[in-house]
Amino acid sequence: MAEYDFPESLRYSREDEWARVEGDRIVIGVSDYAQQQLGDIVFVELPDVGTVVSAGDPFGVIESVKTVSDLFAPISGEIVAVNADLAESPETVNEDCYGDGWMIAIEPSDAEFETLLSAQDYAQYVKDRED
Amino acid sequence: MSDAAALRRTPLHARHVALGARMVPFGGWDMPVQYTGILDEHRAVRESAGLFDVSHMGQIWLRGPEAVAVAERLVTCPVASLRPGRVRYGLLCNERGGVVDDVTVYRVADDELFLCVNAANIEKDYRWVVRHAGEADVRDQSDATGLLAIQGPEAAGLMTRLGDPDPGTLKRFRFRETKVASVPALVSRTGYTGSDGFEIYLPAGETETVFDALLEAGAQPAGLGARDTLRLEAALPLYGHELDDETTPLEAGLDRFVKLAEGGFLGAEALRAQSEAGVERRLVGFVLDERGVARADHALARDGETLGRVTSGAPSPTLGKSIGLGYVPAGFAETGTRLDVLIRDRAVAAHVVDVPFVTKASVGGQTGG
Repeated sequence: MAEYDFPESLRYSREDEWARVEGDRIVIGVSDYAQQQLGDIVFVELPDVGTVVSAGDPFGVIESVKTVSDLFAPISGEIVAVNADLAESPETVNEDCYGDGWMIAIEPSDAEFETLLSAQDYAQYVKDRED
Repeated sequence: MSDAAALRRTPLHARHVALGARMVPFGGWDMPVQYTGILDEHRAVRESAGLFDVSHMGQIWLRGPEAVAVAERLVTCPVASLRPGRVRYGLLCNERGGVVDDVTVYRVADDELFLCVNAANIEKDYRWVVRHAGEADVRDQSDATGLLAIQGPEAAGLMTRLGDPDPGTLKRFRFRETKVASVPALVSRTGYTGSDGFEIYLPAGETETVFDALLEAGAQPAGLGARDTLRLEAALPLYGHELDDETTPLEAGLDRFVKLAEGGFLGAEALRAQSEAGVERRLVGFVLDERGVARADHALARDGETLGRVTSGAPSPTLGKSIGLGYVPAGFAETGTRLDVLIRDRAVAAHVVDVPFVTKASVGGQTGG
């Protein structure tokens, strides 16, 4: 029933993160489906720059009024930037999940990006879960 | 998903789904947690009017010459002195003083009253009441009863538009039988939000008529998510969180709803003994001094030592801070006491504050007397 926006230019994980290549880094955030499911986001906890993560590792936490969810790294590598503005304005994730609501940037250590879902496959994956 | 079939539904279930509500299990019922969003619905109640379906709650009626005496023995608040048309909040306690449920008592007539009880406790309460009812006639009329709560500074105006002659003259904790949108209703000036408002008891089959009429008049539908943040700002206890069979009303700070001096109710001896000895733990309200959200079951600690547990916690939309309730040893209950909330193994600073967190004055809405 709900309408979701999954830009074609992004790749997606089964944990509802998106990933976008920007030069030699990959920027990560949560999908429109994730932010709609969570509802009003009130708190985002992100790791320090320099933290090394493996694909599938929890790297942070996102909280809405009612729920707490882990954020999972879709790819392995070193975290080279975090969106510090989200500490002050977590609602940005609801307002602009693919833009100002980005979470971290990773310098990848593997070629995992190519294994992530296309927008079309992710949309199907979301639909299967809703049915 | 497979459990959804086992969940009970209120008469408005299809309306909630049609309005796009997100449905969640609550106390055995499939209930709307939100429609547009919890913060939006919370704001509607504080600033205009929010409409809740609380038909999942139960109504247990007591009738007959013994009804009042039976209720007097069952609940911690005085009942005989409660005049017809008035409501009181009280607790059903077990012999140990633990809380079986928290209820509102409606004195309908000299020999007729009902208890409005929590949805998850209907069967337990009914058995408890029957066990102690003597000759009184006890009936669980929950399934035949719909219940709406219209809450917020504009609630009285909406009731007037639906034909209630003069809702403003109904004082807090009083009720009367009237018609709302031409449907016979018992309207009471009560609620569970800390804002002014009304609760409307209806024949189950006509609940939808009144629900739709209130939406039409401008009320915003509000779900259990906002109901929870609203009641938490008002520091109203939620059964299963602040209250349970092992927790006493004195520990929960509900002394003023317990007729300790008069006695004569179930649990009175245990509560009197506890009152004389002094409670060992107390429910406190706290505010986080740092970012984060306290949640039920987080530990409350000081200097690395766990003192107790959070029972409810949420970001307060009105205050813009994280607030919570929890139990600590009585020596740590003073206002201003510094505590840590352990959130994912991190100690987040908090301090004990006076409750309610939000008063009508801080909301700025007009008061209901």
